[in-house]
Amino acid sequence: MPVTTIDGREVHVDAEGFMTDPAEWDESLAAALAAAIGIELTDRHWELLRFLRADFAEQGETATTRRVQTVGGVPTKEQFALFPKKPAKKMAYVAGLPKPKGCV
Amino acid sequence: MTVPEIRPSFDDDATEGRKLAIICSKGNLDMAYPGLILGNAALGEGVETHLFFTFWGFDMITRSRMDDLKFTPVGNTATHMPMGLTPLPGMTTMATRQMRRSLAELDIPPVRDFLEQIVAAGGHLWACRLSADMNKLTEADLYEEVEGIISASDFIELTEGAQLLFI
Repeated sequence: MPVTTIDGREVHVDAEGFMTDPAEWDESLAAALAAAIGIELTDRHWELLRFLRADFAEQGETATTRRVQTVGGVPTKEQFALFPKKPAKKMAYVAGLPKPKGCV
Repeated sequence: MTVPEIRPSFDDDATEGRKLAIICSKGNLDMAYPGLILGNAALGEGVETHLFFTFWGFDMITRSRMDDLKFTPVGNTATHMPMGLTPLPGMTTMATRQMRRSLAELDIPPVRDFLEQIVAAGGHLWACRLSADMNKLTEADLYEEVEGIISASDFIELTEGAQLLFI
């Protein structure tokens, strides 16, 4: 696994750059990850990210946009507003989680 | 702030201008899903997506039918049932119930909810003019998020340059 430096810290990532060790993530890192892809985190981003982290800890899988809506309570439209164009991948990236595997 | 050296390339600009047109021509429960799943996936990748509902696919957006699509093993060898058994009474009802259950277990939404999600993700739904005329249906009979009843030429025109899927 490649190691890269984000916000002055060394973290393990996959070939694409998604973090592979959820334990290396914390909230200050999230802000740096978000900034790297041009997103400034608001309270609503944080609520979503905290849901993703908690859900991953429970399920062992990254929530899809469908699950973020039905279980996390953030409507699809809002997900697209918070993480434009490619919400599923961008949310996972900022939350330091693997890309979601689910199709829906 | 250090910028990560390895960072996913989300390629937002590369997707700019990419379009997908999906023609949904089937009204069976099982054949409703490929278009919905692929359309939803395309939207999640930032691709402008248009779905055109025509012929039997019209059932997917007809209010009185969209919640009641069915799956039948009749004539479908991929179910691996003895074909002589498939037309027995109750078989379609049973197969439909089974399929709905399998989809729900995977949190795949019912057709109406799926269309709602597609629209929320920025997708466009279009109804076929000829299908509406043949079935004597108007916009009032259709799912409220359908943007319009349009002709085949209109659809071809508005999906200029799009990649196309016929289902």
